[in-house]
Amino acid sequence: MRDSKIKIIASGGLVGILAAILVKLGNPANMGVCVACFFRDITGALGLHRASVVQYIRPEIPGFILGAFIMAKIKGEFKSRGGSAPILRFILAFFLMIGALVFLGCPLRMILRLANGDLNAIVGLLGYIVGIWIGTQFLKKGFTLGRSVKQPEIGGYTMPVFAIILIILLLSAPSFILFSEKGPGSMHAPVFISLGIGLLIGAVLQRTRLCTAGGIRDVILIRDFHLLSGLIGIFLFALLGNLIFNYNAFQIGFANQPIAHNDFVWNFLGMTLTGLCAVLLGGCPLRQTILAGEGDQDAAITILGLMAGAAFAHNFSLAASPKGVPYNGKIAVIIGLIIVVIIGFSKVLDFVRKENKGGVQIEA
Amino acid sequence: MKHNVVDARGRSCPEPVVMTKNAIDKFDGQPIEVLVDAMVAVENIKRFAHNQGFDVEVIKNEEDYTLIIRK
Repeated sequence: MRDSKIKIIASGGLVGILAAILVKLGNPANMGVCVACFFRDITGALGLHRASVVQYIRPEIPGFILGAFIMAKIKGEFKSRGGSAPILRFILAFFLMIGALVFLGCPLRMILRLANGDLNAIVGLLGYIVGIWIGTQFLKKGFTLGRSVKQPEIGGYTMPVFAIILIILLLSAPSFILFSEKGPGSMHAPVFISLGIGLLIGAVLQRTRLCTAGGIRDVILIRDFHLLSGLIGIFLFALLGNLIFNYNAFQIGFANQPIAHNDFVWNFLGMTLTGLCAVLLGGCPLRQTILAGEGDQDAAITILGLMAGAAFAHNFSLAASPKGVPYNGKIAVIIGLIIVVIIGFSKVLDFVRKENKGGVQIEA
Repeated sequence: MKHNVVDARGRSCPEPVVMTKNAIDKFDGQPIEVLVDAMVAVENIKRFAHNQGFDVEVIKNEEDYTLIIRK
């Protein structure tokens, strides 16, 4: 038990310190790793949105997928599985991304922002906790997206192959792939270092199952602090890494934080939406990326939903910028919260109805 | 034996643990048998059950795992 505690803290610590190093080597400030932002940049590089400042094939993402894939293969945990409410997962992932892009970061970046003194991340964290709490209430009442089942073997390779294609497109840079010339998309660590770090993180997290939503969810639901200690590991080591490698950029406060805005309400509500979606999906974007590498096609659908959300966010001016949250983004978050709560309730009602009919058999 | 089987195969995180928790809440001395098909669910349930003061025996089947939970 103690051993697993050390491992989860160490794996979180590894993510934290490597994120600080990636910033030192060229990634945008407080964005050593951001799963939402990186999928958004990839979506832009593929031309699915045209925000010219956030287009780049971030090698960390294919690294996560392939690192998890290789480790899962070695450990015999690669399994082609899926079929658990794919379209609902797509919708939940879509809105997870909208929430994240209104806050400006996935939950991992939220921790990294906090570790560099960005206090807006505390507001985001409070929203995230509220979203997760709402999600756990649905889980307690019987919410489920249903079982995943065994799928044709080749389906499990979808995301690993997608990852390889992304790397090929990055290295060959054909003219139809878009790369930002200015803005966050133009800032990146050397390709092979990013890829190597991605592979390492993917492999390690496949083993330790680190999940930013799970960390908070498990405390609320079952008083289990295991995954939370991993999140604390991320925070402490990112803080340490920032103080060592990026000391001049370290500043505590709300105003003028890098790639962030200080609109409290929408930082809070954006992350509420993200937290709620992450719990109903069974894991945060980081965890979904790892699962997609293990052959989980529900996670693969989730990634497609994240990318669709990113495309819409920039095509319809939903995403925030350091200037603030656009009107459309606020409306999108509200619509997202309503839709996701309806999904939550409807699945709970399904469960209650079945139970009343005596149709749910958890005790066979 | 029949009434203490929980089939959590194919369920997303954290449903296997929630289902196990519901069964443990109703524990009547009879061992609880939990079926799961992912190693992550095995680890999560083991950790949860140990924290609740239960012993867990893991049996590897061809495609899945059977966990026997008892005091």
